[in-house]
Amino acid sequence: MATQIQLEVVTPKGAVISEQVDMVTAPGYAGVFGILANHAPLLSTIKVGSLVYKKDGRDDVMMISGGFCEVSNNKVTFLVESAERGTDIDIDRALRAKERAEKRLAEATAQQEKIDRARAEAALQRALARLKAAGQQA
Amino acid sequence: MPSLKEVKTKIGGVKKTSQITRAMNMVAAAKLRGAQARMEDFRPYAEQFNAAMRNLSAGTGGANFPLMEVRDVRTVELMVITSDRGLCGSFNTHILRAAEKAVNRLEGEGKKVSLVCVGKKARNHFRRSGKIRQSYPDIMGTFQMFNARTIAQDAAANFLSGDADEVRVIYGRFHSVAVQRPEEFDLLPVKPVESSAGEAGGGSQAVYIYEPSQEEIMEVLLPMYLNVMVYHAMLEVSASEHAARMTAMDNATRACNDMIENLTLVYNKTRQAGITGELMDIVGGAEALK
Repeated sequence: MATQIQLEVVTPKGAVISEQVDMVTAPGYAGVFGILANHAPLLSTIKVGSLVYKKDGRDDVMMISGGFCEVSNNKVTFLVESAERGTDIDIDRALRAKERAEKRLAEATAQQEKIDRARAEAALQRALARLKAAGQQA
Repeated sequence: MPSLKEVKTKIGGVKKTSQITRAMNMVAAAKLRGAQARMEDFRPYAEQFNAAMRNLSAGTGGANFPLMEVRDVRTVELMVITSDRGLCGSFNTHILRAAEKAVNRLEGEGKKVSLVCVGKKARNHFRRSGKIRQSYPDIMGTFQMFNARTIAQDAAANFLSGDADEVRVIYGRFHSVAVQRPEEFDLLPVKPVESSAGEAGGGSQAVYIYEPSQEEIMEVLLPMYLNVMVYHAMLEVSASEHAARMTAMDNATRACNDMIENLTLVYNKTRQAGITGELMDIVGGAEALK
């Protein structure tokens, strides 16, 4: 029996990671869930948040945005719109994005800018996830 | 015979044009490389996505999803994807002609057609037709899933509201650097993905745990599937555009060089004719003095 599981994170801009890891923790539809080697086949939607993977006793964090994940044959594949390693996250930029999104949310009137609002909310979520992932990494 | 000076100016002008076309050719070549790389990068995502869709729809065959609903087709929406800029040979013309044909055919069948124009050239072409429902100019240069999502979700909303019973996409498919052809595909309603015979026999139909239920995942996946399709088409168009421009500019540079050669010939002939004329005069004058 394998003791490790193959982790793949794929975005429209290419594969971000392809590695053997000990454990993966991801923000699933119903909450954060963990995946160990030899997990049963699973298909789940993924929310914006932090993907944590453990390898050689070390935790690494990655910020991922929405998508889904598939587990089969001791391989877990995340198909997400964007992914960023915790170490690559530009904290200043994320902070600025957060402020910008908050400002826009405060200004947007309920009805008339529904799309802008949704966009700002998504941006805010992403910024928060980035900050969190960066924080976890440190 | 044109005067010497005229020919010289002309040669200078053509030379400058050839410099520009050569530069554009090189820029297009560089951009093509980028666009092709992006297509390569996107491939694994699209493949994995389709695999998952196959997997899912195998289990949800019976269920009904609004985005898969097949209706009587009375109104058709055509999404025409072209480039934003011209000077790329007949690339956009071909797409637009294919689009015109499709419009005529559909209207011939008594269907109402509305257009969604992605890229400036499509919008400019159909501007006066009064059929444009939505256009997205100046969007091809930025490669963001975000743009594709906006377009796809808008099309989906239009489909769901019943304003369009079918959405088709016409775009420029990138076959190779030398060949780009307009192609058409159905975007909506989404057709159930049949698992190909070979794969079904593979016996990899393990029992999956679905979280949330299969149906709910499908609800999330279907809109994403549209994004993927539109994004893919946009990538193809952008790669095709640069390839077409590269070829067009290469041809233009060659035409310039031919022209310069011919003009130089004319220039030399004219000059020689002038010299001969002058010599004749001198000789004639000397003869007369004898």
